[in-house]
Amino acid sequence: MTLHLLLEGVIAFLLIAGGAFIFIGSLGMAHLRDFYMRLHGPTKATTLGIGCMLVASMLYFWGTEGKPDIQEMLITLFLFITAPVSAHLLAKTGLHLKLKHADKTLGTPVELRPEEVGEKPVPHPDRGHD
Amino acid sequence: MLEIALFTCLALVVAALGLNVYRLTIGPDMPDRLLALDTMYINSIALIGLLGLWLNTKTYFESALLIAMLGFISTVAVCKYLLRGDIIE
Repeated sequence: MTLHLLLEGVIAFLLIAGGAFIFIGSLGMAHLRDFYMRLHGPTKATTLGIGCMLVASMLYFWGTEGKPDIQEMLITLFLFITAPVSAHLLAKTGLHLKLKHADKTLGTPVELRPEEVGEKPVPHPDRGHD
Repeated sequence: MLEIALFTCLALVVAALGLNVYRLTIGPDMPDRLLALDTMYINSIALIGLLGLWLNTKTYFESALLIAMLGFISTVAVCKYLLRGDIIE
């Protein structure tokens, strides 16, 4: 079954945009100077890139087979939900391990309490601690 | 038109995977390598999607869904291990 020319153009555009975003995200991760800068590339650009690519794939199979399929949208939705969660955990790990950072990276981990960086034991109220 | 776009996209994703391997090799600390692995599984999902487009089949999307779930779970597990020294407390 052949595709409409306009639909084919939209699919080609989404594929190129997805590939470009994925490449830019990985380039940022390989090139930037410290961990907190490198975290930006994969979490934003790569997630948008894979979203574009899976939407292009869904449109292609919708065009050739005539009925929409929810599976690609499911993968996209799952990745869009999980990417911020894993980025937050990675940033917390970087703060916990006290990684070196470039001078341009502003901010210090003041929001971490002593028991979160392992300087004090975690208080347990049911064991007599305050 | 679609074929040119498909092969351009394939080349870009493979180049991105090469950059991830570079960061995985030289990454100075553990979270850098973890971030590289996290990006690598997302890029391999893209590669599987492109393979499905190339071969004109929908068989491989289940594996993409599986890779997405297991990759997220393993990233969270290694993060918890680095944060607390333990996975399930």
